[in-house]
Amino acid sequence: MSEDATAKARTTVDAVYRSESRRVLATLIRLLGDFELAEEALHDAFAAALEQWPREGLPASPRAWLISTGRFKAVDKLRRAARFDSLDERAEQLEALVDEGTLQPVDEEAVKDDRLRLIFTCCHPALSPDAQVALTLREVCGLTTEEIASAFLTGASTLAQRIVRAKAKIREARIPYEVPSQPELPERLEVVLRVIYLVFNEGYSASSGDSLMRADLSGEAIRLGRLLRQLLPQPEVNGLLALMLLQESRRPARTTPAGEVVVLEDQDRSLWNREQIMEGLALVKEGLGSGRIGAYTLQAAIAAVHARTHSITATDWAEIVRLYEWLERLQPSPVIELNRAVAVAMRDGPAAGLALVDAILGRGELAEYHLAHAARADLCRRLGRTVESRASYQQALALAKQEPERRFLKRRLAELSE
Amino acid sequence: MKYLCLVYLDEKRLQEVPDAECVAFDAGLRADGRCLASEALQSVHTATTVRVCNGQVSITDGPFAETKEQLAGFYMIEARDLNEAIQIAAKIPPARVGSIEVRPIRPIRETVAAQQARQKH
Repeated sequence: MSEDATAKARTTVDAVYRSESRRVLATLIRLLGDFELAEEALHDAFAAALEQWPREGLPASPRAWLISTGRFKAVDKLRRAARFDSLDERAEQLEALVDEGTLQPVDEEAVKDDRLRLIFTCCHPALSPDAQVALTLREVCGLTTEEIASAFLTGASTLAQRIVRAKAKIREARIPYEVPSQPELPERLEVVLRVIYLVFNEGYSASSGDSLMRADLSGEAIRLGRLLRQLLPQPEVNGLLALMLLQESRRPARTTPAGEVVVLEDQDRSLWNREQIMEGLALVKEGLGSGRIGAYTLQAAIAAVHARTHSITATDWAEIVRLYEWLERLQPSPVIELNRAVAVAMRDGPAAGLALVDAILGRGELAEYHLAHAARADLCRRLGRTVESRASYQQALALAKQEPERRFLKRRLAELSE
Repeated sequence: MKYLCLVYLDEKRLQEVPDAECVAFDAGLRADGRCLASEALQSVHTATTVRVCNGQVSITDGPFAETKEQLAGFYMIEARDLNEAIQIAAKIPPARVGSIEVRPIRPIRETVAAQQARQKH
């Protein structure tokens, strides 16, 4: 093969790798019953493609070709390994593969479900949340260990270890490779949504580290949300996707070019991404009309109120308070209560909000949460209670960990002294 | 990504891993296109350490540190990421009696070339 043809073949195979490798992997895991075996088979299938496609032309269905080639290579490899490895396990694995009609044609419908199987397995509740996130990003999204480690500011070996352990657990605890059936589904879907939202927030709220890579995490979470919506169109999947899009739409306005935090009331709303807002609003409308309204849909509905409004004063705070009350009934939490208190302050004035915030802090809840103290400080500031405001800002500062947030609190403290 | 897998083991246990098995593993890795280079090393007793101090070449016999495990060979592999590299490393036969150190390659040529290209502009 000439050098030119080789380069051309590589470009084609690379493009197919980007679009198909995750699907092919998901199916190979089902067919081979093992993550590592499937990953090797995936590699071998693409290596074979690089060699054969330039000679024989691109197959009609590259996906089906890769799946059956991968499967064939795995069986072949197990046969060869069996010669050196007298372990019964290998022989058993081989028998099972051959028994299950290894040469059956690839079933399109089953292949579609394989992506869902992979998502549910990576987000299995028997795995730790850290492991769920790492595994989902690597196996479903196709990020490398090093990319995930740099996005989460972790060492590559630590992250690699987490993935190795998670896979060992899947194998040893025999975590099934399946989409949970109806009675289990809502609870299991909850975990999947939490993993996606965790990935999103890691990219959205954290401001330390490589900010470019972290923004990519939010993009990755949105892509995952879209994929899940396509595979499993449930109201809460819509709700989460809408929430992520509406939050992401504010990204250009949330920080100054120098990286300083800009709070919602000071954001230049003309910078908000209209395309993401339109898509998010349509999803919220769909979700609120579904009759099965969950926590993500409600949070998206709150974000939608902001997205529809051109200024903080024109905001329909009564609607926001109403949505927070609904959310609190569905998912009681002091953080939601705090958010409601802030909305009440906007609707009825700072004194009404302060009474609610003091009640939460009085119960000892959120005492370690810097935003609760920052909210109190802000309300006191509006009421002209400077001494209390300063004390609360200082408490918030003592608890806040992220540098841009700390700088914001310091600015507010300095403004109080003027 | 390229990774170097350094094979360390106690030389007294070398015969516990048959050479034929190592060669077969290596052949498989090369056939898969994952192995860029690999060699086994002679015993550590054959080693010589070279240093240049103040322009003077100093030569000493053997390795400079007494350790239980010695470098016995290496594989330069191509892998998608660290986990894939670890997966391959775990299959290197002497991993059963020794240890494999997996080190990502620092793309020094690419880095320097990029620096030089920037300086030109």
